[in-house]
Amino acid sequence: MSIDDTRTGAAPAPTGPLSRVDYSERIPNNVNLAGDRRLQRALEGWQPKFLEWWKQLGPALPTKDVYLRTAIAVGRDGWAHFAHVPMDEYRWGIFLAERDPDRKVNFGKHKGEPAWQEVPGEHRADLMRLIVIQGDTEPASVEQQRVLGHTAPSIYDLRNLFQVNVEEGRHLWAMVYLLHAYFGREGREEAEQLLKRNSGDLDAPRILGAFNEATTDWLQFFMFTYFTDRDGKYQLGTLKESAFDPLARTCEFMLKEEAHHMFVGTTGVQRTLERTAELMKEHDTADILPHGGIPLDIIQKYLNFQFSVSMDLFGSEQSTNAGNYYTSGLKGRWMETRRKDDHVLLDATRELRYVEDGQIKTKTVPMLSALNLDLRDEYVADCANGVRRWNQALEDAGLSERLYLPHEGFNRKVGVYAGHHVTPQGEVVDEDAWNARAAEWLPTPEDREKVASLMIPEYEYGKFAGWIAPPKTGINDQPVEFDYVHLADEGLL
Amino acid sequence: MERALTVTFATSPDRYRHWTLHVDGAVATVTLRVDEHGGLVPGYELKMNSYDLGVDIELYDIVQRLRFEHPEVKAVVLTGGLERMFCAGANIRMLAQSTHAWKVNFCKFTNETRNGIEDATEHSGQTWIAALNGTAAGGGYELALACDQIVLVDDGSSAVSLPEVPLLGVLPGTGGLTRVVDKRHVRKDRADLFATKAEGFRGRTAVEWGLVDAAVPRHSFDDEVARRAGEAVAASTRPSDAKGVVLTPLERKDEADAITYPYLSARIDRANRLVEITVSGPADAPPADPAAQGAEYWPLAVTRALDDLILHLRTNELELGIWVLRAVGDPERVLAYDAQLREQAGDWFVNEVRHYYKRTLKRLDVTSRSLIAVIDPGTAFAGLLAELALAADRQYMLEGVYEDRDADAAPATLLLTPSNDGDYPMGNGLSRLESRFWGNDGDLAAVRARLGEPLDAAAAQELGLVTLALDDIDFEEELRIVLEERASLSPDALTGMEANHRFAGPETLETKIFGRLTAWQNWIFIRPNASGPDGALRRYGTGRKGDYDVERV
Ligand SMILES: [Fe+2]
Ligand SMILES: [Fe+2]
Repeated sequence: MSIDDTRTGAAPAPTGPLSRVDYSERIPNNVNLAGDRRLQRALEGWQPKFLEWWKQLGPALPTKDVYLRTAIAVGRDGWAHFAHVPMDEYRWGIFLAERDPDRKVNFGKHKGEPAWQEVPGEHRADLMRLIVIQGDTEPASVEQQRVLGHTAPSIYDLRNLFQVNVEEGRHLWAMVYLLHAYFGREGREEAEQLLKRNSGDLDAPRILGAFNEATTDWLQFFMFTYFTDRDGKYQLGTLKESAFDPLARTCEFMLKEEAHHMFVGTTGVQRTLERTAELMKEHDTADILPHGGIPLDIIQKYLNFQFSVSMDLFGSEQSTNAGNYYTSGLKGRWMETRRKDDHVLLDATRELRYVEDGQIKTKTVPMLSALNLDLRDEYVADCANGVRRWNQALEDAGLSERLYLPHEGFNRKVGVYAGHHVTPQGEVVDEDAWNARAAEWLPTPEDREKVASLMIPEYEYGKFAGWIAPPKTGINDQPVEFDYVHLADEGLL
Repeated sequence: MERALTVTFATSPDRYRHWTLHVDGAVATVTLRVDEHGGLVPGYELKMNSYDLGVDIELYDIVQRLRFEHPEVKAVVLTGGLERMFCAGANIRMLAQSTHAWKVNFCKFTNETRNGIEDATEHSGQTWIAALNGTAAGGGYELALACDQIVLVDDGSSAVSLPEVPLLGVLPGTGGLTRVVDKRHVRKDRADLFATKAEGFRGRTAVEWGLVDAAVPRHSFDDEVARRAGEAVAASTRPSDAKGVVLTPLERKDEADAITYPYLSARIDRANRLVEITVSGPADAPPADPAAQGAEYWPLAVTRALDDLILHLRTNELELGIWVLRAVGDPERVLAYDAQLREQAGDWFVNEVRHYYKRTLKRLDVTSRSLIAVIDPGTAFAGLLAELALAADRQYMLEGVYEDRDADAAPATLLLTPSNDGDYPMGNGLSRLESRFWGNDGDLAAVRARLGEPLDAAAAQELGLVTLALDDIDFEEELRIVLEERASLSPDALTGMEANHRFAGPETLETKIFGRLTAWQNWIFIRPNASGPDGALRRYGTGRKGDYDVERV
């Protein structure tokens, strides 16, 4: 897997400043691991446990190698290269975005002070908690997606799945690095716990609910990558503003990789829709299951489900913790520095919707108490963009049906809507009404079975399962029919 | 009142303004005659033999000197130098104008001094007798309560009283309420009557209720006191022929952010609001005759310095919320002294040193600062010095050595002896080990089985003697974070939390005074009913009584 392999394709030429990356060590990094023997030892002690975890709970489908992107630098471009790599030899590295020596705290009570290069004792517990929660989600999705390889709709999609998986693994590394480097023994213990909790494990589940739901099929994978990974993107966006500089820089770099995960979700749903629209057109019916496509109403139900559980990940609309994190400088707002306000928010307020007497009402609350909601609103706006784009595909196909985002109160287990029943259209209903119609809004076991019936693997290069349209282009300028994945036993084809 | 001055606790008889000490053979007479204009800070006159911190600092000095400088004194008569008024207690104007912190510190110190008086009676064969030649009101009566016996002049007007509740809206907070019922066994309903009756009780009733031991007419007052002193002298085990040990002035060097004594140093880190306190072990082997070495005797020198430093930091450095405790030196030498203090415990001087060290550790126990012990290579936390580590709220021990700095050093060990298991009991009557392992007899037995054995970090951790044992990869960073974290917490909550954790086990008179009585008093002090503009404490002497918020809380 040398860089001049003709088939590795052209990585973008570096244009930004390049850090010297110590790629010769076992753990590629730009944090001077080689110069910090203590940290190196700590991490090297962790690496075997990580590999063990990857073997047991990483992708189940045996492969020889996969055409993967590997982070090798942190410059503005040219930060990665592509090559066929056996997955368990993937070089999970540690990269922090370039350090700005003049960086200041941009918000909260420490605003204007130099950013922190070490963990202030006052905030250790909170910072560690934030890092552990973020870190817990990264391996969780790998676990949730481990069996999807068996039903991949194409080698191209299989490769994208694996790319997302290895990068989530690297994100775990990134969080573990912070725990090891800055949080002493407690940090190391937490790092081990990140591997001991497992998605869906009754005894030791992952911390957040949505990361214990099984990813049953590829439609859900795309929805997950679109909606749930996007939550991750927004959380990273707030941590990227952190006064704790190593965390900020770590998250900034992770966001680069997340962009690809978003791409997998957006295009995955889009290609599914394109095929659905095509079949609806061709057979002039919404009932396209017999023709090998996923009916639009089932796609909407999947969307409803994944959107609503992802909304829960933002936590309660009103949160003292979120306010404290902000005031203390631990976690900012999305695009904090581009916002035109005082970045302290002591006097700011906003509107909050809530349920009372069977109606959705609005009240004014202190902005500091509602920062989870602030972030969630940004997220919802972003989600709406994707839905618009998907609807364009329906329109282009000449169909009048449209997808929509359900109401923010729909199917919520956390926050002001928890304990209430709100329809996708935003109507508050009682439990009986909800139960009577839930099957119209959320995927039923039968719906999932129907989708599962279509999930036949397609491992022939350049071929695609019947329920999904091929992409326009391949990965890294390679053709769509490129041999992105070499399966372990080609004889199985 | 803003704290305008730095309080110094060092004094000596030639500098007393409020007391006289007269020694006549085996009996010493300590007479209070407060210099009205001798207040420690401006703003009040010390009328009617009322006292402030300055008066009490002198009393503390007297108590200490009687024990060390006067082995021949076996009874101490405490009396007043004014007509008709023994002592009116703490000065009200002083209290009214003081900050909360000042009041609290003042009360704590006076409590400790009164406990010291009881300690002299109980452990030194130096029996204190209160000869109340006039009224003992409030703190005046509380002072008498600290004595073994109270003789009140029966002149038809002199009384003992605790007028704090009815007149000032606060408590008799230097042990008064506690000692009336717990020490003098006054029935609770009578105690209730007594503590709400401003003028108190005289003569016969005072005796009948147990508030005093005797009420005698003026003409036979001196005889009665002398008789009692004589009895105490006869019962005492103190030597008659020993030569006292002079408490020479402390060698103390003050710099901007450092205080240094011969065996103790304090380095102040204001940015992090902490002070690093390092005790040094002895330079030599113990002398054959400790008393002959006098104030230079290492355990005494360390104790005196520690006592002075604790008082100084407590009173003058309110913002240094964390004390980081270390001991350095040769643990073997520490252990040699440790053994001598035990072997020669029957010697009057060694006995005094032991009890003084005990009292100083108790002072540490009731100090409202976070105490963090650090045990790393070169540590001398062994035997009696290990008590400092055990007194701390947390113990951090380095496992191994600092590889980068001194790879060849010997790893730290902790070594416990009977010193840690009964020689220096806490206010709750338990050793620090018993208190640490309260309710965990197995753990206590496991530690007892290892007394005298050097315990490395792993063993100390295993035995539950340290909070955390970490290797050098983590140690310093962990410590930095712990200290920063501590500094970020509410000082009030920490004070309360630490005081609750430090005294596991049974209640005693002392723990009740420092826990129950003090906590209630400190709460009352900040309530408007006492210290608000219309509160009783603030209004006292204006001719108007307090206006109370009548709501019970
Ligand atoms: Fe991620
Ligand atoms: Fe992701």
